[in-house]
Amino acid sequence: MCTTCGCGQSDDAITIQLVGEEEHLHLVDGEVHSHHHHHGHEHSHEHGDHHHHGHVHSHTHDSGNSHSGDKKVLQLELDILQKNQLLAERNRGYFEAKHILALNLVSSPGAGKTSLLERTLRDLKDEVPFYVIEGDQQTMNDANRIAETGAPVVQINTGKGCHLDSSMISHAVRKLDPSIGSILAIENVGNLVCPALFDLGEGRRVVIISVPEGDDKPIKYPDMFYSAHLCLINKIDLLPYVQFDVDKAKGYARQVNHHLEFIELSATTGQGMDQWYAWLRHNRIAH
Amino acid sequence: MHELSIVLSIVDIAEQQVALNDAQSVEEIELEIGQLAGVEWDALDFAWEAATKHTVLEKSSRKLTIIDGKARCLECGQGFSAPTLFTECPSCGSFFSDLLSGKELRVKSLTLI
Repeated sequence: MCTTCGCGQSDDAITIQLVGEEEHLHLVDGEVHSHHHHHGHEHSHEHGDHHHHGHVHSHTHDSGNSHSGDKKVLQLELDILQKNQLLAERNRGYFEAKHILALNLVSSPGAGKTSLLERTLRDLKDEVPFYVIEGDQQTMNDANRIAETGAPVVQINTGKGCHLDSSMISHAVRKLDPSIGSILAIENVGNLVCPALFDLGEGRRVVIISVPEGDDKPIKYPDMFYSAHLCLINKIDLLPYVQFDVDKAKGYARQVNHHLEFIELSATTGQGMDQWYAWLRHNRIAH
Repeated sequence: MHELSIVLSIVDIAEQQVALNDAQSVEEIELEIGQLAGVEWDALDFAWEAATKHTVLEKSSRKLTIIDGKARCLECGQGFSAPTLFTECPSCGSFFSDLLSGKELRVKSLTLI
């Protein structure tokens, strides 16, 4: 049962909720089941008619396909993740048209994504409008932390899901309605493996590692570093206490992705944050 | 366990093609997955078992072709086999290379019955 609205959805269902609103969405097989809550304990369940079936163009020319008896062989050559990819491109088009810099922030759990965002939002809130999408398997905790900075934030709970996908982002963005020229920070589920494969339509992918994690992360989890644009090395205030060789970590990451940029910072002490803000300003203009 | 999402996407594609072609189910499905696509084979098998139940793929035979990672060195132009995303050029030792194959995630064909 959904613990927020008490409807029949299990805790494993995908839930999308704007902080400050009771109404939330459940995504079931990519379709929306929205729940509007009224005083007086009324429940109206509206089943939205959003269908997200990708348009598949299969080629059934006789020349390319053989028929034997009742069998039919289709030479499809279809990308398995094409549905996610199509929606990601749609999101990307929307962001570009509205000059929104969309960031997909990925890291292992505990690397400091939320703390980094909190500090960034507090420091830049008078300069740039920020919107945030928080992805976690369960709880509104991170969204509530972000909401305290005053930025509009939607929490996506993926249930048992280990990554966000472009359909979730598309629904969350409709709730957020980010303004022209803003920055949309999407904090992915803490996981250095699964989110790598799923394009959300972001303009830039930012991978965050923290120095207590070990400097060989980039070659242990190469997929994430391969697809990222920027690598933030966080918690550098802890460098004197841990065995983390910054140059070695960068070297490994460059072996995987020679386009990768790096910024060393600490969201706690503020060291290096100016470089991160400069990167944000630059990439916001570039969009 | 993103392999589950991958299998669910494959099931979607198969269900859609079966419906479009007025078929009953899928006898054989051919997949092409790159060695560097980020797919764990055991996890794929596990997810396949669970996620194809009660779908048109439940009884299908699955033919999986694994496509090797190949790269070209941007320093010396040498083409080489790249079993990881950080394979150095065997000719000049550079890591400065572009991947040519190994990231594929494709449904190659479906045999419908």
